[in-house]
Amino acid sequence: MQISSMTALELGRKIRQREISAVEAAEASLARIREAEASLNCFVTVDEEGALARAAEVQKAVSSGTLTAPLAGVPVGIKDNMCTEGLLTTCSSKILYNFKPTYTAEAVLNLEKAGAVIVGKTNMDEFAMGSTTETSAFGVTRNPWNTEHVPGGSSGGSCAAVASGEVPYALGSDTGGSIRQPSSFCGVTGLKPTYGTVSRYGLIAYGSSLDQIGPIARDVSDCAAVLETIASWDRKDSTSVKREDCDFTAALVDDVKGLKIGIPSDYLAAGLDEEVKAAILKAADVLKTKGAQVEEFDLSLVEYAIPAYYVIASAEASSNLSRFDGVKYGYRAKEYEGLHSMYKKSRSEGFGEEVKRRIMLGSFVLSSGYYDAYYLKALRTKALIKQAFDRAFEKYDVILGPAAPTTAPKLGESLADPIKMYLGDIYTISVNLAGLPGMTVPCGLDAKGLPIGVQLIGDCFQEKKIIRAAYAYEQGRGPWELPAPACVAGTADAAGGNGGCADGGVRTAAGSGCADDGARTAAGKGGI
Amino acid sequence: MANIISDETMEYVGILAKLELSDEQKEQAKKDMARMLDYIDMLNELDTSGVEPMSHVFPVNNVFREDEVANGDEREKILKNAPAKKEGSFMVPKTVE
Repeated sequence: MQISSMTALELGRKIRQREISAVEAAEASLARIREAEASLNCFVTVDEEGALARAAEVQKAVSSGTLTAPLAGVPVGIKDNMCTEGLLTTCSSKILYNFKPTYTAEAVLNLEKAGAVIVGKTNMDEFAMGSTTETSAFGVTRNPWNTEHVPGGSSGGSCAAVASGEVPYALGSDTGGSIRQPSSFCGVTGLKPTYGTVSRYGLIAYGSSLDQIGPIARDVSDCAAVLETIASWDRKDSTSVKREDCDFTAALVDDVKGLKIGIPSDYLAAGLDEEVKAAILKAADVLKTKGAQVEEFDLSLVEYAIPAYYVIASAEASSNLSRFDGVKYGYRAKEYEGLHSMYKKSRSEGFGEEVKRRIMLGSFVLSSGYYDAYYLKALRTKALIKQAFDRAFEKYDVILGPAAPTTAPKLGESLADPIKMYLGDIYTISVNLAGLPGMTVPCGLDAKGLPIGVQLIGDCFQEKKIIRAAYAYEQGRGPWELPAPACVAGTADAAGGNGGCADGGVRTAAGSGCADDGARTAAGKGGI
Repeated sequence: MANIISDETMEYVGILAKLELSDEQKEQAKKDMARMLDYIDMLNELDTSGVEPMSHVFPVNNVFREDEVANGDEREKILKNAPAKKEGSFMVPKTVE
């Protein structure tokens, strides 16, 4: 088996058993990145030198027996909104084009303590604002299943990197679905933990009351193992929660007998693609066959989650992003007259359109005269949405539904109409408003050969229930094949796609002869 | 379109958001914002009287700790990211005459 086809835990096991060295694992990941980046652009920064040095260091610790963690020596991609000391962290924004943090995010630090080898920073929608990874200042990321389509967003780079075998796993962040929706579009498994489970220290904030870091991987076991590693109480994040039940891999049990699963009928209503609906219901049937009790119910308030979310997230963003002013780091305008002109020009030139749109909306809904009508109204709606979930979890252990209304749209189709793009978040954002854990697991392909994911939602702190349901489903579903290397590498030029590759018939492991011009060095893309 | 954003409102938002828009961008922003607010007005269908605004899903209390220095002097490291610096400080345009 090729290293690029292994799960994180499989690779970690082989490293511990000395069958593969950490350096070989890093080399394989970097080789795969060189091969696939020209057509996919999953990374903003690839740290080849740093990764190889770090892998050698980790290998020493593994060899001497001081490092025995399951993920020791396994390469990882980190979403570019998590600070990594000395390694470029851009949030895919021009305003942070040259920012090298002086410290590392707590979640990333936890991974490093467990022997993770960071190969690079993954592309995303600018400041995580978007659902397609098209608002990145460093170019779009393409979907490995079909490069004419988006990978979803905002953690599109992380999901596409895992789907294409560039890295066995990655970290993403989820404010309104940014782990679960791109996981669905890319055919990978992603988990957004209960709010407060993973420290947000060092995560560049978008909507602080909604943001949460989580794992993206090839299967449920990897997600559980990664979450177990990154979850921690952190005094540097005042919303961090002390949990005693972070042994998430203990929930990898193939047994759902008696588990009560509810499917919100509101999630299956108009607007949901028929093929997606069929795949979701088929996934529910798999769990039913294994002894789960499945029924439909009315969740209510589903459509109100979107406007409430955009008010709250934009309000928080307008406050959080006020720190980018051209003084302490990042981009400063070349020409200005005085301090305020410098602030305004640096921000106006540094931020992209979608970010500016949300900052303005957020400033407006927080301004005097509108605060009650918009901001407080949204917070009241949030309370009602939380109550609706509380009622649902009195009856059900797990809520099952789609992660997105459709499979991945084509590049360029979404940005023209922001509201239409926001509507695509309908099944994911209420989970953030209510602070719940949610997970996406691949459950089928549509007629175009694009993946569909089923979303499992749990009550607060009930990750183990969704992990168990997801694991049992995965066992029932059977093996899930990701697009093979030959499909994703070197087939697409800037405008082209690889259409025919995703339909399952042509998945060979043959080499691609792709040119080595995709990956960037740790110096970053620069030039802006 | 129910919401109409006036030039004055847009000007005010520009001040709050510290953004400078060209006339063309301003027109577009007015349209975008009006459309978003029309959509957000959907929330008015909901009766939220008597519902407390919920800012956090869990009870969040003040977290107190001693204010102890845990890191060393990172001035040099931090200043490396500064667009302009002078004598160990961030340099900004003159603000006081």
